[in-house]
Amino acid sequence: MKKGKISILKHELVSKHEIIGEGEVKGLLNKYKIKKEQLPKIKSSDPVIKEIKAEVGDIVKITRRSRTAGKFLSYRLVIE
Amino acid sequence: MRTKRIKGIKFGLLSPKEIRKMSAAKIVTADTYGEDGFPMEMGLVNQRIGVIDPGLRCKTCGGRMGECPGHFGHIELAAPVIHVGYAKLIYRMLSATCRKCGRVLQGCLFSVTDAEIERELNKRVISEKLRNAFKTKAYPLSSNADVTKEKDDKWVITDDKEKFIIRIVDGKLNIYDAVKVRKRILEEIEEQKKKQANVGEVVKQVFKEAAKTDVCMYCGERQKVIKYDKPTAYVEIDEEEKKRRLMPTDVRERLERIPDEDIALFGMDPKSARPEWMVLMVLPVPPVTARPSITLESGQRSEDDLTHKLVDIIRINQRFMENRDAGAPQLIIEDLWELLQYHVSTYFDNEIPRLPPARHRSGRPLKTMTQRLKGKEGRFRGSLSGKRVNFSARTVISPNPDIDIDEVGVPEEIAKELTITVNVTERNLKPIKATVRRGRKHPGANYVRRPDGKKVKVTEINYEALADEVDIGWAVERHIRDGDIVLFNRQPSLHRMSIMAHYVRVMPGKTFRLNPAVCPPYNADYDGDEMNLHVLQTEEARAEAKILMAVPQNIISPRFGRPIIGGIHDYVTGLFLLTRGEKKFEREEVLGVLRNIDIDDLGEPAGTFKSPSGIDIEVPYWTGKQIFGMILPKGLNLQFRGKIDDVIIREGELVSGVIDEMAIGSFKGRIIDRIFRQYGEEEAKRFIKDVSRLAINYILQAGFSFGISDEDIPREGKEQIREEAVHEAEKKVDELIRAYEAEELEALPGRALEETLELLIMQELGRARDDAGDIAEKYLGIENAGVLMAKSGARGSILNLTQMAACVGQQSVRGERIKRGYQGRTLPHFKPDDRSANAHGFVRSSFKDGLSPTEYFFHAVGGREALVDTAVRTSQSGYFQRRLINALQDLEVKNDGTVRETRDTIVQLKYGEDSADPSKGDYGKVIDIDEVIREAVGAEVGT
Repeated sequence: MKKGKISILKHELVSKHEIIGEGEVKGLLNKYKIKKEQLPKIKSSDPVIKEIKAEVGDIVKITRRSRTAGKFLSYRLVIE
Repeated sequence: MRTKRIKGIKFGLLSPKEIRKMSAAKIVTADTYGEDGFPMEMGLVNQRIGVIDPGLRCKTCGGRMGECPGHFGHIELAAPVIHVGYAKLIYRMLSATCRKCGRVLQGCLFSVTDAEIERELNKRVISEKLRNAFKTKAYPLSSNADVTKEKDDKWVITDDKEKFIIRIVDGKLNIYDAVKVRKRILEEIEEQKKKQANVGEVVKQVFKEAAKTDVCMYCGERQKVIKYDKPTAYVEIDEEEKKRRLMPTDVRERLERIPDEDIALFGMDPKSARPEWMVLMVLPVPPVTARPSITLESGQRSEDDLTHKLVDIIRINQRFMENRDAGAPQLIIEDLWELLQYHVSTYFDNEIPRLPPARHRSGRPLKTMTQRLKGKEGRFRGSLSGKRVNFSARTVISPNPDIDIDEVGVPEEIAKELTITVNVTERNLKPIKATVRRGRKHPGANYVRRPDGKKVKVTEINYEALADEVDIGWAVERHIRDGDIVLFNRQPSLHRMSIMAHYVRVMPGKTFRLNPAVCPPYNADYDGDEMNLHVLQTEEARAEAKILMAVPQNIISPRFGRPIIGGIHDYVTGLFLLTRGEKKFEREEVLGVLRNIDIDDLGEPAGTFKSPSGIDIEVPYWTGKQIFGMILPKGLNLQFRGKIDDVIIREGELVSGVIDEMAIGSFKGRIIDRIFRQYGEEEAKRFIKDVSRLAINYILQAGFSFGISDEDIPREGKEQIREEAVHEAEKKVDELIRAYEAEELEALPGRALEETLELLIMQELGRARDDAGDIAEKYLGIENAGVLMAKSGARGSILNLTQMAACVGQQSVRGERIKRGYQGRTLPHFKPDDRSANAHGFVRSSFKDGLSPTEYFFHAVGGREALVDTAVRTSQSGYFQRRLINALQDLEVKNDGTVRETRDTIVQLKYGEDSADPSKGDYGKVIDIDEVIREAVGAEVGT
């Protein structure tokens, strides 16, 4: 990150994004009986993805605040 | 039947060869019918391309009208013509290919200026310098790379599978890649196709690259700029700015030169779409069945718009040929060519920008090909996505509180027209026979179908014979009758409650009748609204409707989790008056109010009182609250805050509180809500029905009216309004203006001084109206019918009453006082720069008193804004909803709680993020905690 720049990850409107490990990916795909491609997508050009340095093919876990559920987990596949 | 899946759809262009092959007749004559009244040979209404006259046979397939699907014909165009739909693509292809050899233009990899390299090349040697140049561009050459000289300024390097062309352009050596680049593009296109993605992006790059290149790497031809002169002309401009029009023949020749292997670079398949086919030589003529003529009452034939257009094309085509054969001057030929182009263009699309639309003799623009497909009434949205249906009826609606909420009153006239097909079996033979025996009289039948499939109309003459004949295996189309389930709908169908299943009740009259309690979900009223009714035709459909779409299933709206069906207007007023309480009901009176309601136990009377009949005896009496309690389910416990006071229901009895909108009204209805959840939809339906009857019975007996005299306020009241509210406010406003002009006014934070003044004035005048309202309310009293309706939530608001009785108040445009009009003033009645209340739209009069001319004008100004706003909002929200529905219609909540598309890709991992069904929740909340606690702790514990 450039000096003097503020990380967008610290902004309150940006939900927490984390790259999840292989084990967790397996668990997730198993739970919903899906393939990676069936998950929602996120572009690798997305500012957050660039910031956390996720690669194409990674799955990111997004923890957001939800009006209905309080906290909600969502997963996205990083694509080109 | 085996189901098949569509794997893909391929679009291509029709080649002239194909058009001729599929044509059943060559069309030459512009005339349609000959003098004998029969279709002309070789004419547009040719007997070989389809039949639309009954009795005639198709000369191609031998079929009669209805059997023959029609066949295409063709017109041989005297000169090629550009197809408007492809004009843009033609332009792009012309710009992207060499004007001489037709190959796709491609930019060079790099260029060098070096005499030595050239010398070496001429000696068929790849110099070290050149090798290095290749290397720096990441195209290293192997050791067995070979050079051949093709021309003085062209060399070819072949290296294994690679091939490079070197060419001298403007004294520079340009190096082109002849294999790799093409291969890469083709692979990318293939990849996109495999992914079922759009190849457009790749192809766009090809066009972009080609348009930038000005020398062909294959033949060395210097390219000229081509300008596209919309809609169908192309002009070539050379270096000296000289222009030359490219005629369709030239265009076609150029396109023909593009080799097949280059066409793939444009993402096209040369087998099914050669570019020169975009320039028409032969025009297919659609079968007459696609453009039927109609016979007017006068016996005159009126041809379809497409036929008219084709007539134009043939006429010009013929004139063109005659002139050309006669050796007419080039100018005339070109004019005719242009005209032919115009007619063919408008035949495809009559709404081309810059082209005047072809018109009918009456001046109406013709509806040609594109117009048939496009838009709301076009083939896709109008004929395929939406069609007109049978077994449906439409008429005006009117109220009937005596029918149940899930019933619909159907006029007998309509009931005799709508039918249900019943298959006759052993078990229903007898009643069906009886039905047919009634003939076309109401619960009768219109048609019977014999086992051989032949349909017989039931008539006055044959019905008895048919009734005898009907047997197992027959089918009877019987009239709808009481108890049949039908769908009832009012447009706009904005939510699922706009179409609900009702049970038929055949009645006299000409309108559909419905219980006013179901008006809110349909958003219906009786000022002339019409509704549609659809008769379900299969057992599955009826079952589905009954289980999913019946009115009781839809009492709770999934939008906000509260009943959307409930008492309106009189129902609310009636129960409000009944449960407010002073009146004591004698036994007979109680029975009168409970008329038509299934109650067999009045319970203990509240006490005894002296009979009002005058006879000196004590008689038992019941209170209104008790009577209301009788229609509540036994054992209901509920407590909530009503509009007036706390309503407490214990063990199915109304202990205290007045029933109002909050209790039984639509959108609110706490009691209905609770009954639905605790006792189920049937009980809720029963309750709403009983509410309708009880409320109507009581209000009928008690009497309730509202007239202009109910807005009367005594003189002293009026005085008070004028003095205390209006005058006072006007004085304060004047004082504010004075302070502003004297520059004593202090600006509010974040506002300019002038804004502050306006704001304060608005506040002051707003308060004036509220004060006037309060005074008016005081004088009108709680017993006033208007106040009663407003307080109970039946209809109207205190604000409405204020405006009628006391003061209409400030009119506004865009939230501000009215400022528009002349410079510095709104109307010539006021002095310039007058900031007073009167000059800017404050209406001090009430509607009852009447407005002064200036007030009337201001009111109209404010009213106009409201009108415009609603008009704009409805059209905008309508379009917005259409887009939303198109985007969301295929989403589905699966059993694991995920929301998925049809391809099974996940949209949301959990529906609504909490998997909650809003219709099971409470007003948007998943759960009403207070209610749960109250239930758990026991109903006895108070609020």
